Amino acid sequence: MSGKRRAYSIVMKLLMWLSVGLTGALVLFLVGFIFAKGLPNITWELLTESPSYLQNKIGILPDIVNTVYLVLATLIIVLPLGVGAAVYLTEYAHNGRIVSMIEYAAETLSGIPSIIYGLVGMLAFANNFGKCLLAGALTLVIMNLPTVMRTTQESLKTVPQSYREGAFGLGAGKWRVIRTVVLPGCVDGVITGCILTVGRILGESAALLFTAGFAHTLGGVVSTLFSSGCSLTVALYVYAKEQGEFEVAFAIAAVLMILTLLINLAAALVSKYFQRRRTA
Amino acid sequence: MKNRKAAFEKLVYGIFLLLGLVTVGCVLLITVYLVIAGLPAIREIGLVQFLFGRVWASTAAEPSYGILPFILTSVYGTAGAIVIGVPVGFLTAVYLAKLAPKGVKSAVGTAVSLLAGIPSVVYGLVGMIVLVPAIREAFRLPDGASLFAAILVLAVMILPSIVKVSVTALEAVPKEYEDASLSLGATPVETYFRVSVPAAKSGIAAAVVLGVGRAIGEAMAVMMVCGNVANMPSLFGSVRFLTTAVATEMSYSSGLQRQALFSIALVLFLFIMLINACLNFFLKRDKEGAK
Repeated sequence: MSGKRRAYSIVMKLLMWLSVGLTGALVLFLVGFIFAKGLPNITWELLTESPSYLQNKIGILPDIVNTVYLVLATLIIVLPLGVGAAVYLTEYAHNGRIVSMIEYAAETLSGIPSIIYGLVGMLAFANNFGKCLLAGALTLVIMNLPTVMRTTQESLKTVPQSYREGAFGLGAGKWRVIRTVVLPGCVDGVITGCILTVGRILGESAALLFTAGFAHTLGGVVSTLFSSGCSLTVALYVYAKEQGEFEVAFAIAAVLMILTLLINLAAALVSKYFQRRRTA
Repeated sequence: MKNRKAAFEKLVYGIFLLLGLVTVGCVLLITVYLVIAGLPAIREIGLVQFLFGRVWASTAAEPSYGILPFILTSVYGTAGAIVIGVPVGFLTAVYLAKLAPKGVKSAVGTAVSLLAGIPSVVYGLVGMIVLVPAIREAFRLPDGASLFAAILVLAVMILPSIVKVSVTALEAVPKEYEDASLSLGATPVETYFRVSVPAAKSGIAAAVVLGVGRAIGEAMAVMMVCGNVANMPSLFGSVRFLTTAVATEMSYSSGLQRQALFSIALVLFLFIMLINACLNFFLKRDKEGAK
């Protein structure tokens, strides 16, 4: 082999190793740095109390609760919409034009940046019934609709056609086939969609800034949904950028990092579990 | 009885059709709201004045609404992130898809997914605490919050999309192509870069376009490191992006200023639609190439 070709191979290999090393080092640094800076600042008081200017203390319990409410409210609304759309696309749609229109719309939605969702959420929801968690959740519903739709669609495609034909052959109507054969088959897609949605909600901030607001108050489910509330990410932003409370910001960052790790782990486990079940 | 059943099935069909059309409705809702909210200010300021005006002074006594600084900053910032992020992401993807031992592949794959899952405010926070002071020290600047800091943060943030999409494209290259090249005497590395990469070029192009979309739409992380002054872009100057221009002033804006912010969002939306069209083009070509 000529020297030039050998040199090409070696240089390209070196460059690839360098890139992989850089990527790996970057992740290790980010995780290590955030844990090193954040974990020491996570205290029981921080996690279980509300912030108070009078007592000069900061607690992130309201932000945690708000985030949980946001996740639940979004999931409750987005799941029926996403699953329904997926069922329509795989079971009913015969009209190619409507299918391609829906799929094009879903692709468009997944490309729109969150700041634009935030603005439209503000115009469509927050300006009508005030900045509140529900307005934030509705904005998140639009953002996550394509994800749930796509994961459900993927899992519906794996339901064997013979199951449907068998059910029809026994005299079941379309709805009965969907309820008893199709929907049970899309559980894995729905779960994957849920995990992805939860991950995205945990990380979302720009879309919540103008829709859900900044308040750190605790309350019941209903009153919280209809009042302004700060998610963990928005709280991080406010503490870091506007109040200069970097210790709290890093503590929140560490909490978010742990949640991100858990979400990734869950996603990996679920996909492995369903893959094994499918091949078995 | 039969009639009732048929009517019921028709009702169910209608419900599912409606659910399917929700997505389309959402896109229409977004478009209509942005156009209605964004047009008045453009009409009042004048399209040319708005797009090519070099001065943004929305709160001055004699306000001026030119968004050229924001457009250029977004374009330069995205270009910079692509220049840094794409080579690293591309080479990582080739290694992961073709050369990596199984253990390394799954470890780096997990790391890349984690990178994709980290919230953007966390990137912003690390950028604020680590990157901005480091840039200030290294280049002896009064303040490190600059276009350069934003470019570095964006380069990291687009890395996972580029790696993932490229890996998928590279893995879809038919094994026969590579076998043929290897049996003709090409080395593995030559084969991967001169046979596999060209065969996967549409997919890799889609990865780059996806990265462009991510970079141009990112708001929070950039807002925490770019300095947020409405200057014309310079690498070590404090700058404002299209996204951060909207986010910074929205909370205290009113009147024409507020309408102008919606117009900025409309411009951003048009950029994104253009990028989406490119993305669809490449993805479609990739699919056709695979057949």
